[in-house]
Amino acid sequence: MATAARQSRYRDGEVAVRPAAHRWQALQSVDTARLLLLGSTAILVAACVPQLVHIGQSSQAAIAFGLFIAFGELLRLSLPGGREAAPIAMTAALALAMALTIAPAHHLPRISGAQVVAVAALGMALGALPHIAAGRPAGGTGMSARLVAVALVAFIFRPLARMIWLSHPWYVAFGVMAALATLAWLLETVIIAIIRAEDLRARYSVTLADELRVQWRLGLAVGISAIITVFGATVMGLDELAVFAGPLFVIQLAFRRYAGIRATYLQTVRALAQVTEVAGYVDSGHSRRVSKVALAVGRELGMSERDLLKLEYAALMHDIGQLSLVDPIPAGATVDVGPAKTRSIAEFGAEVIGQTGVLDEVASIVRFQWLPYRGHSVRPPLSSRIIRVVNAFDDQVADSSDRDRIAAALANIRSRMDYEYDPAVVSALATVTNRLPVSRL
Amino acid sequence: MRRLSLGSWLYLAVIVAVASAIIAIAPTGTADKTWWKYYAALAALFLICASTPIPLAARQSAWSPSSAATLAAVVVLHGGFGAAMVGASAVLTLRRQVPIYERLFNGAMYAIAGYAAGVAFLAVSKEPHPFTAHMLQATEIGSPHGLHRTLFVAFGVAALVHVLVNHGLLWGMLLLDRRSRAAAPRGESPAALPMLLAYDILFAGLGLVIAALWPVMHYYAAAVVLVPLSVARWAMGQFAEQQRAHAATLAALCQAVETKDFYTRGHSDRVSRGAGMIARQIKMPSNRIEAVRFAGMLHDVGKLGVPTKVLQKDGALTEEEYAAIQLHPMRGLEIVGEIGFLNEALTGIMHHHERMDGRGYPMGFAGDEIPVFAKIIAVADAFDSMTSTRSYRMARTNEDAVAELRKSAGSQFDPKIVEAFVSALEREQWKGQEPALPREYEILTSQDHDDPISPLRVIESR
Repeated sequence: MATAARQSRYRDGEVAVRPAAHRWQALQSVDTARLLLLGSTAILVAACVPQLVHIGQSSQAAIAFGLFIAFGELLRLSLPGGREAAPIAMTAALALAMALTIAPAHHLPRISGAQVVAVAALGMALGALPHIAAGRPAGGTGMSARLVAVALVAFIFRPLARMIWLSHPWYVAFGVMAALATLAWLLETVIIAIIRAEDLRARYSVTLADELRVQWRLGLAVGISAIITVFGATVMGLDELAVFAGPLFVIQLAFRRYAGIRATYLQTVRALAQVTEVAGYVDSGHSRRVSKVALAVGRELGMSERDLLKLEYAALMHDIGQLSLVDPIPAGATVDVGPAKTRSIAEFGAEVIGQTGVLDEVASIVRFQWLPYRGHSVRPPLSSRIIRVVNAFDDQVADSSDRDRIAAALANIRSRMDYEYDPAVVSALATVTNRLPVSRL
Repeated sequence: MRRLSLGSWLYLAVIVAVASAIIAIAPTGTADKTWWKYYAALAALFLICASTPIPLAARQSAWSPSSAATLAAVVVLHGGFGAAMVGASAVLTLRRQVPIYERLFNGAMYAIAGYAAGVAFLAVSKEPHPFTAHMLQATEIGSPHGLHRTLFVAFGVAALVHVLVNHGLLWGMLLLDRRSRAAAPRGESPAALPMLLAYDILFAGLGLVIAALWPVMHYYAAAVVLVPLSVARWAMGQFAEQQRAHAATLAALCQAVETKDFYTRGHSDRVSRGAGMIARQIKMPSNRIEAVRFAGMLHDVGKLGVPTKVLQKDGALTEEEYAAIQLHPMRGLEIVGEIGFLNEALTGIMHHHERMDGRGYPMGFAGDEIPVFAKIIAVADAFDSMTSTRSYRMARTNEDAVAELRKSAGSQFDPKIVEAFVSALEREQWKGQEPALPREYEILTSQDHDDPISPLRVIESR
């Protein structure tokens, strides 16, 4: 597919005549943070892997942990919001980095920090191979973030290991490990948040808060599971890994099912939002476009992920109220009918959504989309204001990427800005549409 | 409180007697004075797990990782007595509204399972002293002691015995209980059993992990293990919540589609329920029952693509108009085709107007070419249409509608499905359309494309 597309572009001569400056811009749009992360991880791995020749009698432990990490990477997890995690791989890698002794314990493990990094890197790569073979993304960014976090723990922990074992009660070791696991989790989260901020063109502070909120539970489970693995291995030896694999698998299954139903939910709402299009009430593709642009505008305005999800649902279903109309509005342009009608459509839509009993906030976003920005005692919620602006924009522009048409639509919206539309939302819309055509948002 | 049959009461009495005898007679295993602290910690872990069971799927069954505590007791408290005591703590479950006989049964069942596991463990390991001592030695640096492999084997056997005794006793009760009541039991349904078994076997290892932490952390091990468990519990809770929300949203959106037409209001919901009844009757696995219910819910969503004036038309349809109506299964597919989880349900939506004689639409499939989901929906669909009031006729009685279904069995409907529906009707009550008069502004259709008694009239064009 990819090669075919490239060839056809060559035939058109598009790539060939592209000016050099243009190409440079295209390269720059591959975000710098990701390049930096991948580059530094590559250097780290290149420096650590040769150390494996000195592994000696710890090779058995290295192989067992490496395989366990590969197993975890194979069972990688897609989480809501396009995230990816490999909790079992991370548990095993952290446990290896913090291993105290592995029974039968003649000595503290001789696996150095560099060797830990090398084993984790090879394990992850091995686990990623089936994903690549199946045509799924390799997940290099996620693996790099995990590896950097593991490296941090491995290098800090080695010197501490001898001090905290033996002469102290177990909770000293437990506390140190918990602190290190927290540190690793924070580092991984910060890295991922920076990259997400670039990918989604959202504010860094917002993506960091989102990441912390979404990931803390899984991070907690991973950290404690790693510590359990460490203590278990001091007693049971490497057999511990085999014994603990089952429970970890079942625990991860819970997250997998949760992520699955979230994805299904979104899919269902997206599909059923099309009923208004099939019934001829609105332009084909209208709901999907409005939701995409509304999301981009919401991000530009610094909305959190939780609010963005509600905005997305509301944007997808904002026209559902038109089902109460006997005959479709010509061309579905709700801006062109009277305010009373718009209001009743919005209220009927809110009623439908409210009937679910679980989407009350989404219902109230839809309810207030008819309200102008000023002139009423109530100020509509931000999400309603966004949908109102984006809906008006899409009614005029639809899927066109014609710059003049976009500019005309924006000018039209601006002319009614002080009363009808929220100026902040309009300027965010201008920024967003100026950056990319709607079809590529 | 529902009544138990005499057989179930006897069974319960026998099991409680056996469990009491075990606890009274069995040797306590460890002579250590601190054992009750260990017991209390493991019983607390057991209770916390058992009090917050994880729903596996809607309305089906629940699973809890509590057996990990019993199995840990087998190793830590060395043998059957401690494990029986931990299992017996199920009597104290913190779940509300658990009837007393259910508490007694669960406590006795887990006590017997724990004791059996303990006996098996000791018999295989042949070890006179608690393993925790060996484990403690293994943690010391410089110690050459590893754990003997028999521990792992013995634990594996104990876990297997626990799973088998637990599910065996539960099955006995379910069989007796089911005979006493017509409807399927609310608890464990047979379809979920393989999954429950798999979870129990996979999760058994946690018991050994807890035991391994014990020599180092003592009873704090129970608390530490609880952390990942409660995170998993949170995720499953979220899953259940989102699943309910998803079903509610789907239902609300389907209802919105129906608002256009007064007479068909509630139709999708009833067809969904009818399809579920048939699917249960022909003993489909639970995930397919769920799927066919979704298909029933969504089967007419494509009607939105049919212009209102065609749906409303009083009198014979032109061929174009009839073609527009015939298109609705495909329109439905267009709308919901992207919803990944529907899979087989999509075949039900697309083919619900096929006929056994091949004269249906859209594909003209005949006999076994028609997917079973479509056959099920066709029957539920026609039955609901006939038993609902239309502007041109009153509702038929259930008996009339059944007679009509039987008359068309073979030509329009699959006779097996019709008979399954008839038996399901005897078992479960059909909640039909609520009699109400349309409000003034509501649209009234004067024909129903689902009605087998008065099919759509089409003008033949020359």
